Amino acid sequence: MNPPETAAATSTQVAEAPAVPNHYLNHSKGFLSWALTLDHKRIGLMYLVGVLGCFALGGIFALLVRTELWAPGDTIAGMFASPGSSPQEVYNMWFTVHGAVMVFLVIIPGVPAALGNFVLPIMLGAKDVAFPRLNLGSFYLWVIGALFFVYTLFNGGVDGGWTFYTPYSASQATNVIPALLGVFILGFSSIFTGMNFVVTIHKLRPPGMTWFRMPLFLWGSYATALIQVLATPVLGITLLLLIMEKTLHVGIFSPEYGGDPVLYQHFFWFYSHPAVYIMILPAMGIVSELISVHSHKRPFGYQFIAYSSIAIAVFGFLVWGHHMFTSTQSPAMNAIFSAITFSVSIPSAIKVFNWLATMWGGSIRLTVPMLYGLAFIFLFSIGGLTGLYLGTLSTDIHFHDTYFVVAHFHYVMMGSALIGMFGGVHHWWPKMVGRHYNGTLARISWALIFVGFNVTFFTQFLLGSQGMPRRYYDYLPRYEIYHKISTVGSYMMAAGFLIMAFYLLQSIFGGRKSPANPWGANTLEWHCTSPPPHDNFATAPAIEDCYDYSGIDYDAKIGGYTSRANP
Amino acid sequence: MSEHESHGDGHHAHHPHQAHHWDSMRQQFEAGKLGMWLFLATEVLLFGGLFCAYFIYRANYPELYEYGHHALDKVWGAINTVVLLVSSLTMALAVRASQVGNRKQLQAMLAITFLCGCGFMGIKAVEYKAKIDHGYLPGKLFNYAKTIEHEHEGHAHDGDHHDDHHGDGVAHAEGVFGAPAVSVVAPLEQTAQAQPAAPPSGLSASASRVAGDHAEHGHEDGDHGGHDGYLPVDGRPPNIHIFFSIYFMMTGLHGIHVLIGMAVIAWLLVVCRDGRFGPSYFTPVEIGGLYWHLVDLIWIFLFPLLYLI
Repeated sequence: MNPPETAAATSTQVAEAPAVPNHYLNHSKGFLSWALTLDHKRIGLMYLVGVLGCFALGGIFALLVRTELWAPGDTIAGMFASPGSSPQEVYNMWFTVHGAVMVFLVIIPGVPAALGNFVLPIMLGAKDVAFPRLNLGSFYLWVIGALFFVYTLFNGGVDGGWTFYTPYSASQATNVIPALLGVFILGFSSIFTGMNFVVTIHKLRPPGMTWFRMPLFLWGSYATALIQVLATPVLGITLLLLIMEKTLHVGIFSPEYGGDPVLYQHFFWFYSHPAVYIMILPAMGIVSELISVHSHKRPFGYQFIAYSSIAIAVFGFLVWGHHMFTSTQSPAMNAIFSAITFSVSIPSAIKVFNWLATMWGGSIRLTVPMLYGLAFIFLFSIGGLTGLYLGTLSTDIHFHDTYFVVAHFHYVMMGSALIGMFGGVHHWWPKMVGRHYNGTLARISWALIFVGFNVTFFTQFLLGSQGMPRRYYDYLPRYEIYHKISTVGSYMMAAGFLIMAFYLLQSIFGGRKSPANPWGANTLEWHCTSPPPHDNFATAPAIEDCYDYSGIDYDAKIGGYTSRANP
Repeated sequence: MSEHESHGDGHHAHHPHQAHHWDSMRQQFEAGKLGMWLFLATEVLLFGGLFCAYFIYRANYPELYEYGHHALDKVWGAINTVVLLVSSLTMALAVRASQVGNRKQLQAMLAITFLCGCGFMGIKAVEYKAKIDHGYLPGKLFNYAKTIEHEHEGHAHDGDHHDDHHGDGVAHAEGVFGAPAVSVVAPLEQTAQAQPAAPPSGLSASASRVAGDHAEHGHEDGDHGGHDGYLPVDGRPPNIHIFFSIYFMMTGLHGIHVLIGMAVIAWLLVVCRDGRFGPSYFTPVEIGGLYWHLVDLIWIFLFPLLYLI
């Protein structure tokens, strides 16, 4: 793209734009202008870099786990065992670090803090989030939390699983306290992000942006933020109590000191089940945008999708007991939790059917973000439906703590939450950095990830249904073929993500310049230049129907779309 | 920060405390207030976990509370309740003073509130000191040996009687733990005897120290104004350390919140000197006040739950 066309694109979008394109990336320079920035876009970008870095870290541990499981007995863990530890302990550390990093450092902050920070205020038509300083503070808390994890890695790691179940975590596991402190600090980071988003959406909506004119991503983010605010403090106190139990033996969670390990599970899942929806709801919000924009069609059942986000958030608080069907919970409690668990499937299914209905009759373009959107629907359906097997009391007795559970939550956590996040990354990447990535490489990468994911985790449904328990270092020979297939799939995914890292980095330096609106979307962020200006909007944006695509035309000259109504 | 100011000058004249992304001071104030209410919700949930633990253990082991709460000094607790209630009143008056722009009154009220906070923490320190002296501490710090040793000294038991006495304790433990059939903490019943078994190990060594320490004990008793402060070992439920764990964790977390609130008030005292607070801008005083009221409110629940019932 040559300079005159770029200038044309800029001037059509923002009338008062200065002659030299001034955007948030070049608004000010130097390390401190980033380290002390209060700009939600820069904070979002810094979060994204951090989250993707931790994703790579967690991914390496996943590959170590899968490689160890290539064959029964010791495969590679023995090589990493120090004189004082066994390969089994090394393996325990690997899956613990993988789980804890992926959950607390990647998926929970992934969509809200990284993408949400960047997109949410612009989509809303605001200049920033409500509390910019708190936003920066939240980022630094995330960094400190991450450093605690890095500390444990260099001190022999942490084991006991990402759930830190007592009594093991209270008595024997190593390095649990720094890891717990890390999670505690990350919890504050998450709370601050949530508070910021709730207040931003309540108080910074410009005139005309009514609740039911908000893009669906904002509804998803709002529901998420509510859970972040209301669930995370309970995790905080749980972790503090566990730290007290470990240091002072206060007698709360460990039977050795007079405590109750099931109480720990209740406390932990009271946060961690809603946390599942912290992970999935914003991804669902992204997919609602992707499907509508790339089908060029108004979302079917907008209000149902919006309300279903709130419904999922509410139901999410009432189902934690389904993690404890086999931990001495009374049959009556089990039955009640099972019934409420089933009710979550109603709003979830509403979303899936509405996405399908949105695509029906739309002009679908198989852009890279759309491919991720479609992958989400496919993988979430499998992940959601297998959840019903686990919510059913009789089948859960068999599936509990097997690879069936592992496969189920990977379909939801990775196949849905992370695939949705990567869909969002590909959707907003041209907006964030102002450059296009290589579409061919992106499609190859997507195919490797999508196929590799299913090869890895569908196999684990079969493993689990045949009785292979989770978290085991060793297994019987009859499971070997499934483990081998699963490991091959994980390598395919790794290859896909390496390609993604390559083309995303390459796009920053050599990518084609992106016009303001490359996808033909009509939400407000696409009315800004790419990348957006420092203040987001030179003048207060006119709020119109963000899903009305009738006035959006393709302009071959700039390689993007322009709006007739709002030139 | 620097960029914050660099584009601020491009805007038309705003109130000096209005950030660039707000349309009006009122909008900014309401957002700050909503943010604080959300934060208070997280605080309630944070304490909610502890209250939940309190009630679960209360339901399963009421004897821990019935016995343990006698160790807490109701008089000091009641005085502290009054101190905090007064501080809430003065905080409310401080908010009022900031709204009408009365700087002198604002400073006076904030200062009184701060002093009430100091008074509360001072009394709390006195109470904690007594617990520490008696060995009534959470978890593994609970000094089973010391408390028994005191009883031994007070009633002039001899060594033989002491062993018998300990045997009684174990028998009693079984009786108590056999009773609550609803226990969801099944493993506890097996481990209950482990705790009372702990004292004898340190007992002989510390018992020999008793004679020499007599003066020190007398001094401790004196601290309590004639109130001896020790509870009878006879009839003490096993795992009594759990009551003191809950007591210290709840009041300790609350104490940390009081300290944070005092820091906020101290900050307000410093910044209010330039007269920045007035009818158009009093957000920090208002939300600082909200926080202080919550801290007060939590104590209103802690006092009866721990001291009175």
